[in-house]
Amino acid sequence: MPLIQVIIVAFALYALTRAVLRFRSGELHLGQVALWSAFWIGVGVVAVIPQTTSWLASAVGVGRGADLVIYCSIIALFYAVFRLFVRIERMERHITGLVRQIGLRDARLLEDGERKREVA
Amino acid sequence: MKTVVVIPAYNEERHVGDVVRSLRSVADAVVVVDDGSADRTGEIAANAGAVVVTHVINRGYGAGTATGIAAALRLGADAIVTFDADGQHAASDVPRIVQPIADGSADVVIGVRTVERDRIPATRRAAHWCANALTYALFGMWVTDSHSGLRAFSCRMAEGMELKCDRMEVASEIIKEIKRGGWRLGEVPIVPIYTEYSLSKGQSFTVGLKTAWRLILSKVLH
Repeated sequence: MPLIQVIIVAFALYALTRAVLRFRSGELHLGQVALWSAFWIGVGVVAVIPQTTSWLASAVGVGRGADLVIYCSIIALFYAVFRLFVRIERMERHITGLVRQIGLRDARLLEDGERKREVA
Repeated sequence: MKTVVVIPAYNEERHVGDVVRSLRSVADAVVVVDDGSADRTGEIAANAGAVVVTHVINRGYGAGTATGIAAALRLGADAIVTFDADGQHAASDVPRIVQPIADGSADVVIGVRTVERDRIPATRRAAHWCANALTYALFGMWVTDSHSGLRAFSCRMAEGMELKCDRMEVASEIIKEIKRGGWRLGEVPIVPIYTEYSLSKGQSFTVGLKTAWRLILSKVLH
């Protein structure tokens, strides 16, 4: 078996065990570990049986297996970036809310016991 | 009718003192939001008699405006006026834009820069038109001067507004809120005071592009 396949399978196994460990420790929930496990198993399968991508490609009507991998990767990356944008935007709003809360509190303009939710 | 003027300010120590003092005769209170300034903006504003609310870090003109409005509401304002710190606005225009709020004919008034148009540099006018066009394209409301910083709000509208934009694109978000809440908009002509200083403080082309981008992004993300 070519070295690259060994390396990829080894890494996929490593990533898989990390995902399961994270699930055990409570960092990831079931849905997330299932998704990541499927992904890394898929990576391992494609590494060992490269023809898998060609078969999948013809199944969906794309020229070559490599093309299919690239198309899927681009779509996945766009989606990941979009999610990041959304998260960053939410964090910016939270930061502004905190800064506003501090400012109003220092200026003694907050009523006693007024909650953060009303200020953000 | 209690009128509170809100001035978001970032590194405006040069003029904020004069601006605050000039407003003493037309406002019941002046709130200066010191948006993380590195200079003595906050100190000078306080000495001039303003209520100063300080952002510990810079969050942007939009964030400063929303904080100022929140502060004004807590001070019991009936009418809230947003005003620029760089001397572009005249204190004498405050009663003129508050008037429609006071007589109940409008919930929000924008001071539009239509008088003596030739005083406004052509590039600036083109930029204003682009901002108006983008605001219309995104939110379906054409306003004569969507990015004028001189506005008046009734406290009712101020309470109902949700401003999530942190930077200069908040101007368009305000238009969006007007449409969303069905608030009545009035427009009063004003003459902007373009000095070398206030012109330098305006948005450059790159900043304008960034603002436009942030506006489009906010439409998708919010």
